[in-house]
Amino acid sequence: MSLSLQKSVSVPSNAAGRNGAAAATNAYPVKCQIRDVSFYYGRFHALKNVSLPLHDRRVTAFIGPSGCGKSTLLRILNRIYELYPGQSATGEVLVDGENILSPGLDLNLVRAKIGMVFQKPTPFPMSIYDNIAFGIRLYEKLPKSELDDRIESALQRAALWTEVKDKLKQSGLGLSGGQQQRLCIARAIAVRPEILLLDEPASALDPISTQRIEELIAELKPDYCIAIVTHNMQQAARCSDYTAFMYLGELVEFDETEKIFTHPKEKRTEDYITGRFG
Amino acid sequence: MPIYTRRRLTNYVVVGLSLVATAFGLVFLVFVLGTLLINGIGALSVTLFTQSTPPPGSAGGLMNAIFGSLAMTVIATLVGTPTGILAGTFLAEYAHNNKLGELVRFINDILLSAPSIIVGLFVYSIMVVPMGHFSAWAGAVALAIIMIPVIVRTTEDMLTLVPNTLREAAAALGAPKWKIILTVTYRSAIQGMLTGVLLAVARISGETAPLLFTALNNQFFSTDLNAPMANLPVVIFQFAMSPYADWQVLAWAGALLITAAILVLNVGARMFASWSGLEK
Repeated sequence: MSLSLQKSVSVPSNAAGRNGAAAATNAYPVKCQIRDVSFYYGRFHALKNVSLPLHDRRVTAFIGPSGCGKSTLLRILNRIYELYPGQSATGEVLVDGENILSPGLDLNLVRAKIGMVFQKPTPFPMSIYDNIAFGIRLYEKLPKSELDDRIESALQRAALWTEVKDKLKQSGLGLSGGQQQRLCIARAIAVRPEILLLDEPASALDPISTQRIEELIAELKPDYCIAIVTHNMQQAARCSDYTAFMYLGELVEFDETEKIFTHPKEKRTEDYITGRFG
Repeated sequence: MPIYTRRRLTNYVVVGLSLVATAFGLVFLVFVLGTLLINGIGALSVTLFTQSTPPPGSAGGLMNAIFGSLAMTVIATLVGTPTGILAGTFLAEYAHNNKLGELVRFINDILLSAPSIIVGLFVYSIMVVPMGHFSAWAGAVALAIIMIPVIVRTTEDMLTLVPNTLREAAAALGAPKWKIILTVTYRSAIQGMLTGVLLAVARISGETAPLLFTALNNQFFSTDLNAPMANLPVVIFQFAMSPYADWQVLAWAGALLITAAILVLNVGARMFASWSGLEK
């Protein structure tokens, strides 16, 4: 894969647009182009002119110390920050060329297209079946048999089906933490999104559950554009194709994961991944 | 004195004081319940539920008062529950951090602690005086006014306890806000909200002061909501103060009935809470 133009983006940069255009020609086109995005918690300037592409059918990892803005960036991509007054974003997030930050857009349709999984598992207080059906029913009125099929396939994709197929009517809250997180992933993909945002999806889980989530990410990769925020650098190295290193609200470096972890261009990236700060 | 000895001693003293305080509270509770049982149990009979309040000197029951209390409590609950839940939802979900929310919350807190006799006088002046007579409607309105702030408060508290991550998760699937509230937030908070409603019902079922000025009392069985209606608290008030021994016995019976009903409601609320808690 040619990525000669995909050099590290030092910020602020207007090169991202050209990068996106170039990358669109290769095997994994840009699904989502983040362009000059800034974010404010009230007056606090939390993200500063971040630009980078997210490639389709690839995993992009966001790493950086706590408070660097990586989760904030993820929360812009489906506009979940709008639940809270006083938070605002500027810039553009182009998904298939359409700016999802523009106010005229149907927010719920944006979110249908962009699924999100949170740090803490968030099963709804209803049965496993209804947890998955919740999202589907928001958009489609399916006959029972078809709904059953959709739920089964979502659970299968999330590698949870064999564990829960006999207790679909039981509460989702009765599952273990790792199972709950896979339930949340199943719930997100049941809506058939195109982009999946994973906000530290394994940080509350034990190592075995973490491994299952990572395997799951690899399995989902061929069908989705995935962005994952992680505190765990090994995890970023293991499961991502691209890595963005963020620090103090800026995107310091964005490149192929291999390059970031072997030949980082920026001193700060090197310091962080070698554990000198963070 | 070594530090651990001192800590242990402090611990003994504080635990001891706590036990004394607990015992002090419980003694009076047991005292009240005991007195009620001793005096009321003998007065319990079937005629209590089949006959209306008698004139002094003859036999009778409390049927009209029991019916009146039930009717007014049910109407007040039907009015107060939706109003209270909607207002609590507004405070928790829509006006959590704004000026209007603060104002509504402040006023609600004042209402919550308003003496019930003030509520009675208020309804007297806005309903009884214009209508020209006491009525069960006025009684139900007064009870609803007492009930609403309790439900508003518990609803808001319970909804605020629902973690925001749950709302975010539902929003991230593309659910509109009303749908999130109805299907996710309410479901998470339902047991607390219903417990609040049951406690509010228990609270109003023993209120006397607001009924004294609104529903007044009725010596006969009446289902006319536009007319004065008998009710347990006021009957107890009247009969207990009377010089007639058989009226006083009926007052004890009524007191026991109300206490038992409130006890059942409270226990029910708790059982409901733990039952739905188990489902988690």
